[in-house]
Amino acid sequence: MRLEPKPAPPLGVTLLFPVAAIAATLLITSLLVLAAGASPFSVFYLVARGAAGTQFAALETLTRATPLIFTGLAVAVAFRAKLWNIGAEAQLYIGGVVTIVLGTGALPLPSFLLIPLIMLAAMAAGALLLLGPAVLKTRFGVDEVVTTLLLNFIVLLFVSMLLEGPLKDPMGLGWPQSQRVVAEAQLPRIIQGKRLHYGFAISLCAAAIVWVIMKKTVLGYEMRAVGHNAEAASFAGIPVNRVLMKTALLSGGLAALAGFSEVSGLKGNLTLDLSPGYGYSGIVVAMLAMLNPLGVVASAIFVAGIFVGADAMSRTAGVPSYIADVMVATALLTMVTAILMSRFRVRWR
Amino acid sequence: MNAPVLRLTGITKRFGPLVANDAISFDLKRGEVVALLGENGAGKTTLMNILFGHYVADEGSVETFGKSLPPGDPRAALDAGIGMVHQHFTLAENMTVLENIALGTQAMWRARLDRGAAARRIRKLSGDFGLAIDPGAVVAALSVGERQRVEILKALYRDARILILDEPTAVLTPAETDALFRTLKLLVAQGLSIIFISHKLHEVMAASDRVLVLRAGRLVGERRTAETSRSELAALMVGQEIAPATVAPAKVGPPLLELTDVSTRAGGGGAALDGVSLTLRGGEITGLAGVSGNGQAALAALIAGTMQPLGGEIAIGGATVKEWSPRRALAAGIARIPEDRHAVGTIGDMSVTENVILERYRSARFSRLGFLDWRAARGFAEEIIADYDVKCPSPEARIRLLSGGNMQKLILGRALDPEPSVILANQPTRGLDVGAVSYVHKKLLEARARGAAILLISEDLEEILALSDRILVMSKGRLSTPSARGERTVRELGELMAGHAEAAA
Repeated sequence: MRLEPKPAPPLGVTLLFPVAAIAATLLITSLLVLAAGASPFSVFYLVARGAAGTQFAALETLTRATPLIFTGLAVAVAFRAKLWNIGAEAQLYIGGVVTIVLGTGALPLPSFLLIPLIMLAAMAAGALLLLGPAVLKTRFGVDEVVTTLLLNFIVLLFVSMLLEGPLKDPMGLGWPQSQRVVAEAQLPRIIQGKRLHYGFAISLCAAAIVWVIMKKTVLGYEMRAVGHNAEAASFAGIPVNRVLMKTALLSGGLAALAGFSEVSGLKGNLTLDLSPGYGYSGIVVAMLAMLNPLGVVASAIFVAGIFVGADAMSRTAGVPSYIADVMVATALLTMVTAILMSRFRVRWR
Repeated sequence: MNAPVLRLTGITKRFGPLVANDAISFDLKRGEVVALLGENGAGKTTLMNILFGHYVADEGSVETFGKSLPPGDPRAALDAGIGMVHQHFTLAENMTVLENIALGTQAMWRARLDRGAAARRIRKLSGDFGLAIDPGAVVAALSVGERQRVEILKALYRDARILILDEPTAVLTPAETDALFRTLKLLVAQGLSIIFISHKLHEVMAASDRVLVLRAGRLVGERRTAETSRSELAALMVGQEIAPATVAPAKVGPPLLELTDVSTRAGGGGAALDGVSLTLRGGEITGLAGVSGNGQAALAALIAGTMQPLGGEIAIGGATVKEWSPRRALAAGIARIPEDRHAVGTIGDMSVTENVILERYRSARFSRLGFLDWRAARGFAEEIIADYDVKCPSPEARIRLLSGGNMQKLILGRALDPEPSVILANQPTRGLDVGAVSYVHKKLLEARARGAAILLISEDLEEILALSDRILVMSKGRLSTPSARGERTVRELGELMAGHAEAAA
């Protein structure tokens, strides 16, 4: 078997890749559903209904999509410049830590000052966290896949230490959790009495801003040039290392916003289960979107829908909700395969 | 007449819309050297790769010694007695000559190589055919010419009866080329048949019995070497009479770029610069000849700004340069045409528009307050496409889809549009068709006429001789003394390329 390059397909065909990948994913996972003794059709129907069948379900899906949009954008930005940031999970938690440190009464400010301030501080912390691996990569050639991945574990242990120590809520009955953020530091709900909060609106703005950066600005152009061909970019006078630094700052900052939005908009406090792997799911989201910032919104809602829908489905159909993890992972693999097939023709001989 | 040892019938190979080989048929007889002549991109290498089983032809068949050869199977080609010496060698550098030659010839389950017998056989072959080599030497320590001998021995060791040499002289000095030709004579005397791929007319005339000319994938002519002439072959090869470029005498201006005693580290897989001094003057083309790997890559990288000098000085327009980078080189008015237009000159997956602004996107013309002005960029791309006669579907097309000649025209347009004072042209015509080559030459001569200083680095001696007002030869990281147009003969230049010191006058 060998691969031969082929010209890029037209845009219309390109848009079919995620659709084809999702169809293949359903096909593959239906085998597992059958193995679990249920009917794939009824299970997928229940997943879809659980994700979008009622107003409650749809709002829940959007709520779940919010952190995925942030981490998906973080990954899309970094991957576009071929900076392999696998550490969005760590950057998310750091964003959460900063939100707690500044948002539990340390700063007596009104909402319209406090919330932007916390956002900026959280972004700065996430940005700095990714700057380390970026410096190691450009200075010493250390593989950022390894450093960012390992930082996830380091940061999670660091947060665990904080929650057992300085940030531990004295009224928390001994649970490893932080104090709740003050009212001024909370993102309001979009609809009174529902869980969907303004973090979702902020994530949509972030997607639009990232789209503009990638499409219209010098920085986005430099990032794409470095990602596509760093040698040619460097020959043309683009400061490759500096562009990678800026990419790291932007990516880390976006991932940290996920932590901010979860703490400030939804959970109210910091615990060790703030994220069920949103940082990692962000990679799936970004790949399904083919690194397009606006596509990230759609694919984040899709991935969130599978998680939310699978929860609902497992309550009624008796198929474990782990099927959601399998579906999301399979979707990543089929999407990567679809992208490969779009660039290369497979020849058997 | 003796029967053909090899017969190709109606070989056709397409790569997407490109027809690389179009219904090619020919015979090869025992004891014959057939030259396959053609421009770069005419389809010579594709044809040989089909013959050797690297590619599968879309149509047509190959017969060796009267038996048909299964397509797409290099092992079958080897067994049928076909040996191929590739343009880029396929040797394991950290192993000995003997190990490289015997590699893959013995069954895997044989625990131990019979070194004694193998070495005896290699010595016999190398003695018979004038391929002097020590079987115990490590390949990494060998010169390029010696490595080629190892490749030929490898084929002979496997009892090759048909030997394919793909551009064998591209990496050789004139003296090594002569030695290679003597070896070929000895091989055919033993009854081997040889296909010799080249685009150099004088070599074809010197070494072959019969010439096949390929143009744009088609076999356009077949001549007995004794009955043809260089000019006839040239006309067949390019499909038109080529007029030698007429060059007006140079109006030499002030020194625009001066290197004084510059040294660098090794670059691009070649030698480092070792105390090089060079002055480029306005209105003059300086040609740099040399066998590749002798420091041309380092010199080009230095002038382009991608390599820092370790010692010595760079002065531009009389002012010494303190810090050095691609951006500073561009700002100083140096235009760069890189050697590798795919990997370095362009970003294949970005559009024509995005590629033409690559060196200037920060200028006020193309960006404001960090935002790019795509309309201006597109306008610039359209300008270059029109002015430099680039054939491309639209400015939005990915540059990867353009042919080599059109890609080079875009690079040329990007580099020459700001009217640079210094032009570094590194292998500017490699792999281009004749039309594109003469276009590049015309543009370089125009720049010379308006007073730019041009450094032309090329492995094509004919190109150097045709364009240069002054010729330098690079060998082992050092430069020869310059010679004016017509001052040194080709043979004298060849001696310098081979690294022989200049004879006292």
